[in-house]
Amino acid sequence: MSIQALEWPKAGNSRVPYRVFADPDIYKAELDRIFLGANWQYLALANELPEPGDYKTTFLGETPIIVTRGEDGEIHAMVNRCAHRGNLVCLKERGHTKDGLTCVYHSWRYDLAGNLQSVAFRRGVGGKGGMPESFRLEAHGLPPVRTDQFAGLVFGTLSPEAPPLSDYIGNLVGSHIGRVMRGKPKILGTTSQILHNNWKLYFENVKDTYHASLLHSFFTTFRVSRLTNTGGVGIADNGAHHFSYTYGGQGADQATSDAAYADIQSLHADYRLQDPRFLNSVDEIGDGITIQILSVFPNFVLQQIHNSIVLRLVLPKGPDKTELQWTYIGFEDDDAAMTERRLQQANLVGPAGYVSMEDGAVGGFVQRAIKGGENECSIIEMGGFEHASQDTRTTEASVRGFWQAYRHTMGL
Amino acid sequence: MNLPEIARQLELEHLYTDYAACLDSDALEHWPEFFVENCVYRITTAENYEADRPLGLIYATSRNMLKDRVSALRQANIYEPQRYRHMISGVRIQRDDVDALEVAANFLVVRTMQDGAMTLFAAGRYLDRVVRGVAGWHFARKIVVLDSRQIDTLLAIPL
Repeated sequence: MSIQALEWPKAGNSRVPYRVFADPDIYKAELDRIFLGANWQYLALANELPEPGDYKTTFLGETPIIVTRGEDGEIHAMVNRCAHRGNLVCLKERGHTKDGLTCVYHSWRYDLAGNLQSVAFRRGVGGKGGMPESFRLEAHGLPPVRTDQFAGLVFGTLSPEAPPLSDYIGNLVGSHIGRVMRGKPKILGTTSQILHNNWKLYFENVKDTYHASLLHSFFTTFRVSRLTNTGGVGIADNGAHHFSYTYGGQGADQATSDAAYADIQSLHADYRLQDPRFLNSVDEIGDGITIQILSVFPNFVLQQIHNSIVLRLVLPKGPDKTELQWTYIGFEDDDAAMTERRLQQANLVGPAGYVSMEDGAVGGFVQRAIKGGENECSIIEMGGFEHASQDTRTTEASVRGFWQAYRHTMGL
Repeated sequence: MNLPEIARQLELEHLYTDYAACLDSDALEHWPEFFVENCVYRITTAENYEADRPLGLIYATSRNMLKDRVSALRQANIYEPQRYRHMISGVRIQRDDVDALEVAANFLVVRTMQDGAMTLFAAGRYLDRVVRGVAGWHFARKIVVLDSRQIDTLLAIPL
């Protein structure tokens, strides 16, 4: 179905047609309007490319991108597609180059900002062949990607219309990025997951504070996080970005909380860990918030679960396929005990995470279930119909915020 | 190889054969028994390993943590019915420290889901430290180094 033919339900953001998770034409329109449109997307940590000549590759949607540290000491980004015949210029995912970027196909050479420096045999051989006199190097660079930084995070967009990054993120959500990104980050490791679902099903899951203690039994059983803990959601006015927060040890007492979960399958009250040391955490930020899940539209997640701090990037790979990239970080001034704590608590998250492995599968379950039901809709009414900040997590307000921003961007 | 060395090699081959049979037959409760009490178990990727990045996708520093993994899989975590089939080969002693051996081995794991869908789920190396006790060889350390950084859907059953 073409994007023009999709009519959004009159109920607004509390109803989402399942078709948007399955339709190839809608997916193509998303790549164009969202991922190549006026939305900032995470590219790199500024300090993972410390030296001029360092580079990595990533994506804006499905479009391949090179991120470099230039000779000028600045971060640059550009499309990873040779101006000549469209070949990938950078083949390795990361590396260091001493003499710019050279396409392997015909040896066209670019500097670290993507400016075309030379064309092999430009003047031909013995006066024969070569490029016409009219050919101008300066007209054929790699298409530049705008970059901007926030709290050590580099974002990029291909659109000249995106506002400055700090305005795009806004103060409300921005202050909660700053809350976590307090030092010079240090990568502890990376991994990724292939999810057999549309990228939006994962992003809905990230924004969904309602599901965490219900789907993830581990949260509930070990009282890591329950809806009876004090917490809430902060949502940008336009709905696009959010953070949810949970205070440890606050809220309902244990008996009241256990009673609230008594009929819920996720509580296994008799289950005890034999070695719970990996849950030992410290309040490193000092505000009592033990869990904060934050998202920046359309596909970036910053997670603090106790002392486990992870960047997640959600890359669309087709209507029903997504790559979820995890970058686990600490900070340069962490002592050995803090690093060990972060590594132990990494058991909570990632592809094998005690409280996240289900998220790798549940989107795929939805993807399978909606077949034949593309004209039906999901119900997103928990906590009302608005997408404003709330001091409870028993709500789907931030999910509605996502759909608000999605519809605005897609013109739906 | 002299006879004691051949015997030791066979014992190690048995250790890996039994280890694979344990995981592949869903006898997960017996999986921690292959480790010493103060073991280290870590699943990582070649990319992390080669960059000296310490992350573990699963990281345990005691046998009790392995038992907790199993009980969480049985009682808390939700995942579709699936089974593994390990192919372990190339078991080789890399260093003899008298009281322990550094042993490497290759593995392939085919994962079969309840609907019959099969994938080559994992390939990589075990980089292990094994010690001989009264009850035979045990892992004091097992580092599972995956060749790929990508995990399909989720990693529930240990490798």
